[in-house]
Amino acid sequence: MLSESERAEIDAERAHYPDAQAVSIEALRIVQAHRGWVSDEALTAVADYLVVPVADLEGVATFYNMIFRQPVGRNVVLYCDSVSCYVMGCERVRDGLCSSLGLQPGETTADQRYTLLPVVCLGACDHAPVVMINQDLHHDVDAERLAELLESYP
Amino acid sequence: MNAEMQPLTARIRPGQVIDLRAYENAGGYQALRAVLGKREPASVRETVQAAKLSGRGGAGFNTGLKWSFVPVDEKDGPHYLVCNCDEMEPGTFKDRLLVEHDPHQLIEGMVLSAYAICAEVAYIFIRGEYHAGIQALRQALAEATASGLLGANILNSGFSLQIHLHPSAGRYICGEETALISALEGRRAVPRAKPPFPQRSGLWGRPTVVNNVETLCNVPHILRNGVDWYLSLSRSDAHGGTKIYGVSGRVCTPGAWEMPLGVSAREVIEGRAGGMRAGVQLRGFLPGGASTDFLTTEHLDVPLTYEAVSKAGSRLGTGTMILLDDQTSVVGMLRNLEHFFAQESCGWCTPCRDGLPWIESMLGDLLAGRGQHGDLQVLEEYCVTLGPGKTFCAHAPGAVEPLQSALRYFRADFEALIPQADLIGSGA
Amino acid sequence: MVRIQVDGQSHEVEAGGNVLEACLELGYDLPYFCWHPALGSVGACRQCAVIQLPDQSEQPGRIVMGCMTPVQDGMRLSLQAEPAVAFREQVVELLMTNHPHDCPVCEEGGECHLQDMTLMTGHHTRRYRGRKRTHRNQDLGPFINHEMNRCIACYRCTRFYRDYAGGTDLQVQASANRVYFGRAEEGALENHFSGNLVEVCPTGVFTDRVFSAHYARKWDLQTSPSICMHCSLGCNVTPGERAGSLRRVQNRYHAAINGYFLCDRGRYGWQHVQTGARLRNVRKKQDGVWQDVPAETAFAGLPGPRKLLGIGSPRASVEANFALRELVGAESFSMGVSRRERAVLRVCWEILRNTAARVVSLREIEQADAVLVLGEDLAHSAPRMALSVRQATRNAGFARADAAGIPRWQDQSVRTHAQNERSPLLVAHTYETELDSIATASLQADPGQIENIARAIAHKLDRRARKGPRLDGAAGAFVQAAVQAFSGARSPVVICGTSLRSENLLEACANIAHGLQARGTQVGLAMVMQECNSLAAAMLGGTSLEAIAEQAADATLLVLENDLYRRMPPERVQDLLHNADEVIVFDHLQTATVQAADRAVPVAAFGEGDGSYVNQEGRAQRAFQVFLPAAPIRESWRWLADLARALNLRDRVPWTRQDQVVEACAERLPAFSRLPEAAPDATFRMHGQRIPRQPHRYSGRTALHAGRSVHEPQPPLDPDTPLSWSMEGWAGQRPPALIASTWSPGWNSVQSWNKFQDEIGGSLRGGDSGVRLLSGGESDAAWYAYGDAPDQPAAGLWIVARPDLFSAEELSAQGDAIRQRQIPPHCALHPEDAGALGLQDTDLVNVTLADGSVCQLPLRLTGRVAPGVACVPLDAERAHWDLPARGQVRALGAQR
Repeated sequence: MLSESERAEIDAERAHYPDAQAVSIEALRIVQAHRGWVSDEALTAVADYLVVPVADLEGVATFYNMIFRQPVGRNVVLYCDSVSCYVMGCERVRDGLCSSLGLQPGETTADQRYTLLPVVCLGACDHAPVVMINQDLHHDVDAERLAELLESYP
Repeated sequence: MNAEMQPLTARIRPGQVIDLRAYENAGGYQALRAVLGKREPASVRETVQAAKLSGRGGAGFNTGLKWSFVPVDEKDGPHYLVCNCDEMEPGTFKDRLLVEHDPHQLIEGMVLSAYAICAEVAYIFIRGEYHAGIQALRQALAEATASGLLGANILNSGFSLQIHLHPSAGRYICGEETALISALEGRRAVPRAKPPFPQRSGLWGRPTVVNNVETLCNVPHILRNGVDWYLSLSRSDAHGGTKIYGVSGRVCTPGAWEMPLGVSAREVIEGRAGGMRAGVQLRGFLPGGASTDFLTTEHLDVPLTYEAVSKAGSRLGTGTMILLDDQTSVVGMLRNLEHFFAQESCGWCTPCRDGLPWIESMLGDLLAGRGQHGDLQVLEEYCVTLGPGKTFCAHAPGAVEPLQSALRYFRADFEALIPQADLIGSGA
Repeated sequence: MVRIQVDGQSHEVEAGGNVLEACLELGYDLPYFCWHPALGSVGACRQCAVIQLPDQSEQPGRIVMGCMTPVQDGMRLSLQAEPAVAFREQVVELLMTNHPHDCPVCEEGGECHLQDMTLMTGHHTRRYRGRKRTHRNQDLGPFINHEMNRCIACYRCTRFYRDYAGGTDLQVQASANRVYFGRAEEGALENHFSGNLVEVCPTGVFTDRVFSAHYARKWDLQTSPSICMHCSLGCNVTPGERAGSLRRVQNRYHAAINGYFLCDRGRYGWQHVQTGARLRNVRKKQDGVWQDVPAETAFAGLPGPRKLLGIGSPRASVEANFALRELVGAESFSMGVSRRERAVLRVCWEILRNTAARVVSLREIEQADAVLVLGEDLAHSAPRMALSVRQATRNAGFARADAAGIPRWQDQSVRTHAQNERSPLLVAHTYETELDSIATASLQADPGQIENIARAIAHKLDRRARKGPRLDGAAGAFVQAAVQAFSGARSPVVICGTSLRSENLLEACANIAHGLQARGTQVGLAMVMQECNSLAAAMLGGTSLEAIAEQAADATLLVLENDLYRRMPPERVQDLLHNADEVIVFDHLQTATVQAADRAVPVAAFGEGDGSYVNQEGRAQRAFQVFLPAAPIRESWRWLADLARALNLRDRVPWTRQDQVVEACAERLPAFSRLPEAAPDATFRMHGQRIPRQPHRYSGRTALHAGRSVHEPQPPLDPDTPLSWSMEGWAGQRPPALIASTWSPGWNSVQSWNKFQDEIGGSLRGGDSGVRLLSGGESDAAWYAYGDAPDQPAAGLWIVARPDLFSAEELSAQGDAIRQRQIPPHCALHPEDAGALGLQDTDLVNVTLADGSVCQLPLRLTGRVAPGVACVPLDAERAHWDLPARGQVRALGAQR
């Protein structure tokens, strides 16, 4: 079941498009913003609400990188692994994050505090390497000072 | 900064969003006031075509000409304008600058462009990760709507436009205009066959124009200052205006700068980016994002125009350069690039879907010391097989551009990774 | 026509097509995967690459995809140029990077398009050293296996399932080289055409689960051209047999009927032949106990030709029915259906014979620009027709694409451009049918109102058609919509049928067609019937069961392939059987009627005999024997010939060969005068040779029977057909009626149909098989002055039957796989009616008819049923109910 505010937000987006199918991605993003991820139940609820086939919605949900079909931690740590950040040392950042968090990319800490994921170019290549935690973009990340950065996200 | 010479970025200050008042104080929305209801859409199209504004997303096609394919006389349903702000080309960070700092410039450009193609609904397709840009645009759209610069019957001109913001759920292929249209329709972002072109059959089968952020931002300035002025900004005869060039990699001051279209790579890299960091040597550069062929130090004086870069063997693309230096593994960089392209393939056509992962795995083998004699030949073969005209869209051809040029310019770097025993064993 | 050059050879091809189709039509072997003749082009697989050469220069040209490139006059192409050859090989090399190479254990092996195309491109050596991506498979229900690791991502499955067949529960998921074609979660595929995935998939991702459980290679299957027995459409099928058992049914291409696709009932409905309660011996009831007796004594001790009565059957062949009719005499012959069904069938026959409209094939329905369906749930009563109607709704979208210059074969662009633009489809029935979701107007109304709607439309179109009562509200709007839809239509089609057992409805629909014809419109008319030979039964004539029952006293009653308990209430059947002196039932299943008989004679089931069938469009077609059943099973007419001999009536049924029966029928009955043209007769030869039922590679001819004898037995002779019981003979081009299975060098899969067509998607070489015994377009058609519509029942409800795909048809419903897809029976009722009756959803209710029929069903409330209507499943338990009829729905236990 979708919450009232989820439905209201979906309805607001719905008004921007000529059909319900078009609002699929927005609806998934809305539900994810509320719940952190899109569970099977949430997927079905959105499909029912929009009256689109659940298979279609699953096809959409699994296509886009930023729709999470598995639970994520409270803080989603995205490290850019695209070419400019590669040149500027993103592999060190990745290794640093993995060892600080005790995770491999794609995993979530046992305390549900962090999920570590790679992300493609965040368009801040003049400040590579970059990391995005939740909605915060961190420039010129120093692989030596990651623990400090992570600590600021409870 | 000179507003005349840098019309797109002169107002931009770090950390600031130019609000409606500041934008109007700097001459913003004057073009809109001068055009809506006062000039015919056809004349707007002709002006933009005459100004030789070319698409800044990478293809470099004349924008006015692109608009002219919209069947404006057949009004049996809506026309759509879509702003492509799905900036996801690795190494590209110019559109972000424009939307985060000067959203009204884009909105004015969109209203004028929509007017030119008789569209009454427009969408801004923006990367979901561009939180600051989304925020700035939401605010600006609200301001513009509240001031009658957007919405129904804009400034009593009789022209109406709704602009909706669509944050993407993240997928590189959405930058391809037909894939972007699929995504806006709430589908998997799989490109569509062309023809029919979107101007004829785009969003929901209706005439649609998809333009890049930077392209649209140029429109108000052209209409305000005229064609001659716009042409004079450029050093190229074939294209008008400025271009936002950028540099990332091991330079002293990476960044993006609005410069006359047609400056040389050296002017950007050495002049603006301050040259290479101490102890680092430049070996080559991707002139316009990840999906362009390498150029080398021999090409530093090539003017950064669509034609000259193409003649040098690459593409101007987005105009944001990624530098390869002597401290960086060529094959490692290539593997990184091909990993990106393999991962971001939509999965529709065979060469792209199954070819790129193979290329990635071959490069991985090379790096892991498992390369074999003959691998480079296979890589070269597939650079041809995944080339232009053979795949459904431009994703795979773009993906093999850096590879094919790296195999040409830096072949020794590849060969050095193949174990000698294998070279001997296979009689090489 | 335009002129093109292919590798220096000049050819004329049809303008407007694409290069791939043109090359295939010209006989070139150009490999492809994503393109499908019925699904069009999408340019995904990149396999059909050719070189397009510049006009006259010697430039090398460029690679283009054949399927996405329109043919143009003066075009120069090369298939053989090295870059094209290399590219095509590389595409297969790429497809094979992840393919598991498990051909030896794959059901598709030997008839796999991927195998064929791999060989065709010349790819043979694997250079990819990386890991293969793997997937988890899903349980997709009883019909289909899922093996995703074999997938080459051609997208045909979802394009067929969703775009073509309207399914919603199969979709591509994920992306890049992890694309996955499956359901959101495990479970049976819901769409009723899911079985086609087996043939649409170019490799072994979707395979036939029923076949797989009892598997044989394609080259080990003995096949014959056959006809589906499970509804009135006469879809062409190819049953395959090995070692005495039927293994599978595949689609057999027929351009005018089923094209490339079958419904799931048609594909999986054959299992009763193997696992049904078969009657395999002659049996006699002695002192109330059944005993098997030798076949020679089947008719020993009969009282003599005193008084013979025969009950024919709409599910038996023309030959069987005709032989029985000859034996007992026309006056003593019953069509084998109830009085009410007989009446509507006779009206159908009368209308189809005389109508001014064209009696349309499914192909013609697909080309209609407006379709009106009255009183039929096509998705269940004529499923393949529903698929054709679905295609017809695309025609407005095609017109839109035409206007934008998008070629019709460019499938995705056409669909995108067309959006939801649909040609008019209007459906009125007693409940909401599946087609209603794509209908431009749909209405749920009681049977009387549907008759009135038909009259109103007819009258509005042409004042000469008798007027019905005034309609307003939703019914009036529906009439208005229909008249409007027809006013702009150039090739509309009117579809009705026997489901509502309404002569008035049929006649009113005939008047609609007549009115449209009078306006100069090329109108088509289709009438759906219930069984595979319903129309033939009507053409043969005969009395109803009720009428024959009145003559039954002291008669020897012969019942032909007919379970009377599905036709009349059990008391009446018992009376009939009891009154007869001796009851002999000829059937292949141990039906309730067999149980109640005195003698039972085992006859050929589907695939076990030859026979002719007349589909709803009046096309007579021949189904050929696929395998020789174990003795004493034989075709009914052969038993009837024996019986005639035993009764000293040999001159009435004197035949020993199939052709003799067919010829006699054609001579005796004018309606069947063209029956012999349905297929070549037994003397037909290709280059002096018979057509083999077994493929060239058929293995184990000796070994199969080595347990009995090491000597290779001589193949039996077939006196009835030009087919042989062996692999010897002519397997090349032959008349379509004799093509069971296609093969051409390099083409082992079902894709090889293109080698038997002149035009892709057109008729097989030699023309559409079968013979039309009627065609419509009669000039002296008259207006029908139907009777009054039944009044709204003062009290009670209309009880109507819902013919569920997997439950309604007698034979298919007995198959194991089909049974698993049957939905639990329930009574559907509109919430308003339930409210008035004080009933709740899921209550157990008694459904009662005025004639005393009663059953218990759980109630399901749904707004999809017309108010005033209660809908019950047409299944084994309720097949004899005389529906629609007035009745009551009451909470269980309530007093009358």
